Amino acid sequence: MAKVIKIKKGVDIKLVGPAEKKVSQAQRSSIHALMPDDFTGIVPKMLVKEGAEVMAGTPIFCDKSHPEILFTSPVSGEMVEIKRGPKRVIEEIKILADKETKYESFPAWNGGSRESLIASLLQSGLWVFIQQRPYGIIANPKDQPKNIFVSGFDTAPLAADIPFILQGDKAAFQSGIDALAKLTAGKVYLGIPSGDTFYNDIKNVEKVAFSGPHPSGNVGVQIHHIQPINKGEVVWTVNAIDVALIGKSLKAGQFIAERIVALAGSKVSTPQYYRTLIGASITSIAGTDAAQPNVRAISGNVLTGTQSNPESYLGFYNSTLSIIPEGNHKKFFLTEGWLAPGFSRFSISHAYPSWLLGNKRYDLDTNLNGEKRAFVVTGELERVFPFDIYPMQLLKSIMVNDIDAMEKLGIYEVLPEDFALCEVVCTSKIEIQSVVKKGLEDMRKEFSH
Amino acid sequence: MKAVENILDKIRPNFEKGGKFEKFYPVYDALETFAFVPDHTTHSGAHIRDAIDLKRTMFLVILALVPALLFGIYNTGYQHYLALGEAASFIDMVLFGLWKVLPLIIVSYGVGLGVEFIFCIIKGHAINEGFLVSGMLIPLIMPMDVPLWMVAVATAFAVLIAKEVFGGTGMNILNVALTARVFLFFAYPTKMSGNKVWVNTDGGTTVDGYTGETLLSQAIENGASFANTANVAYGSMADSFMASFLGFIPGSIGETSTLAILVGAGILLWTGVASWRIILMGILGGAAMGLIFNLIGPMYFPDNLYLTVPWWHQLVMGGFMFGIVFMATDPVTAAQTDAGKLWYGFLIGLLAIMIRVVNPAYPEGIMMAILFMNVMAPTIDHYVVETNINKRLKRLKTA
Repeated sequence: MAKVIKIKKGVDIKLVGPAEKKVSQAQRSSIHALMPDDFTGIVPKMLVKEGAEVMAGTPIFCDKSHPEILFTSPVSGEMVEIKRGPKRVIEEIKILADKETKYESFPAWNGGSRESLIASLLQSGLWVFIQQRPYGIIANPKDQPKNIFVSGFDTAPLAADIPFILQGDKAAFQSGIDALAKLTAGKVYLGIPSGDTFYNDIKNVEKVAFSGPHPSGNVGVQIHHIQPINKGEVVWTVNAIDVALIGKSLKAGQFIAERIVALAGSKVSTPQYYRTLIGASITSIAGTDAAQPNVRAISGNVLTGTQSNPESYLGFYNSTLSIIPEGNHKKFFLTEGWLAPGFSRFSISHAYPSWLLGNKRYDLDTNLNGEKRAFVVTGELERVFPFDIYPMQLLKSIMVNDIDAMEKLGIYEVLPEDFALCEVVCTSKIEIQSVVKKGLEDMRKEFSH
Repeated sequence: MKAVENILDKIRPNFEKGGKFEKFYPVYDALETFAFVPDHTTHSGAHIRDAIDLKRTMFLVILALVPALLFGIYNTGYQHYLALGEAASFIDMVLFGLWKVLPLIIVSYGVGLGVEFIFCIIKGHAINEGFLVSGMLIPLIMPMDVPLWMVAVATAFAVLIAKEVFGGTGMNILNVALTARVFLFFAYPTKMSGNKVWVNTDGGTTVDGYTGETLLSQAIENGASFANTANVAYGSMADSFMASFLGFIPGSIGETSTLAILVGAGILLWTGVASWRIILMGILGGAAMGLIFNLIGPMYFPDNLYLTVPWWHQLVMGGFMFGIVFMATDPVTAAQTDAGKLWYGFLIGLLAIMIRVVNPAYPEGIMMAILFMNVMAPTIDHYVVETNINKRLKRLKTA
């Protein structure tokens, strides 16, 4: 048995409405969409025009500065609309799906050279699933990553259970791992939950077991505890579910954009798993649940997901769709607010007595629960941040745009998602993930020339 | 609730841009957000948020101060009647205490919040909750007979100079309440120290042998045997250690009862509002310094009797415990890193006893110790963070 790394800092926020372990077929979504915003740091350059017929795997757009990185269609059909927002930024590229998916084929990969693998991945659009750290952007095909990291489990609240989703796809997962092993001269690390048996027969990887609360399933935390990223180093990460998708597609020589999505949250009538395709509409998965008044649909988990609505689409990398109540009402201070007894209010601080109730599940809404303030309370971020990094000092260095300090304080090792819990627990309601995102953008600009 | 919400909604337009009282929006905002947690929802980042906010945090600190406040009110009356040798009921003592203490609280809050409101109106900032705690701390660290106008001046000085000029709540370097006290301490020393300020003896003659001294001045004069003298002075309690632990001694209003302060510390630690690192290390630091003095005092400095006061007794006298629990733990002015907090707390305890014992001009050292360490806290943090940075650089070199 591999060694177990114990993560002590963090918190599991138990929410009402976890997905029952049952997979149903979702409605076939008539429209599928690609949203360039899902891909950090790229500028889309369209490769097809509105009205064009595309197949699953047909390149739709590429990254302006890396034209070899192609973003391909998850379905076949007609490209019906390019929805643009302010300043003509492309928000959604909508494809009207055929009844039966037709596939564009690319050279299947069955263990050839690294070059042929990279060529296949790029041509099929599968490359997009490979991300790099630092910065959390799509990997550069010219880089030689030091190692590749995959987290085999997700600890975020209501998040999809990865081993459950991978159940039927173990062979595909193994071939995906084999492909990743070809990409690095270093190792492929797989973070597994301690006591896990699901990944027992997966080979060609270095397994490291983790125990402890969220964010122990975050790949960033795992990298930090296995081999922290130093300045100048590049490592790659792939979501475990996408490893199987890559494995399956590479074997078939087709971009098979299947997804099993956990539909969860207190506003979901029957929380469970649904089989669908990347870019499917929210309504096709959630039905009327997402259209209720005063609810928020989130593509992804409640900590890092993207705010959606019934008319929008499942994010490219997401395997969770959460629906929780909106908190858009005022809370009277004595009954629901800051002076209330608060047995149903969630706090890690013990400032409300709810922690005495132990393992209960909370029905949390999206209210900020307070107003933005200057940093006053210290020591609270550290309780949920399992990195050997000083979170508050790093955040302040970002706020004053001190590139040198950011680098010294370890910004290369983190992504906004690693700060999600910090943002949740912050007494002063500071938008911490946005701050980290800005910091990473500043760093990237500083070094991209 | 709905009715209140409706009234607030109705008068709201007057305070918004273009309204009659648009300048006073921060005041309206403070009132509204006091009564209702606003309907603001998350827009970016995490979609759910912890229920804690600064109002809850500050409220918990005030809750923790209540035992010390209540005992302080009672003790003010108790000391008064004891000094005069008059018999009085519990109710009499509390009423006398209220008569002395309530005006101080009202002046402190009135002036402090007034300055804060004016600043926020001028600056257009939201009104922060920080002063809710400072406003309660200020009266509790004053002698009960301090003139009200002095409290007003000191509070205004502290809020302006210690806080607002640095940018308001969360930006100050020095503890606001202690700044108010240190201002009075140096500007009006006769009203802040000595024998005359701790107990009100108006309307009668004091009993024989009454001095009005605090335990601290007894200790300066009598060293280890001060307990015997003190026992005579505070005849009601046979044991001066117990007297000062329970709080039946003269002193600033909130500082006398170590027990009441420890109840408050319990609340702060149980709810996780205050740092256990600072409190624990502060007490350890004080004990360590007391012990060192106990050991070396008689050998090297036989003249300074203060050195011989037992270390455990040092911890329950004066404002030591109050300072460690309620003022050293102010997160804004304390060290911000976990390791830094250990050092910060320890040094405060150490310095407090050192100043108290070594420098006879300052009968109590906790105020100076905390203010000094407020200034040093960023330096402590700097070295803690520097260690982390060096670790990272080293990793880079060996990689």
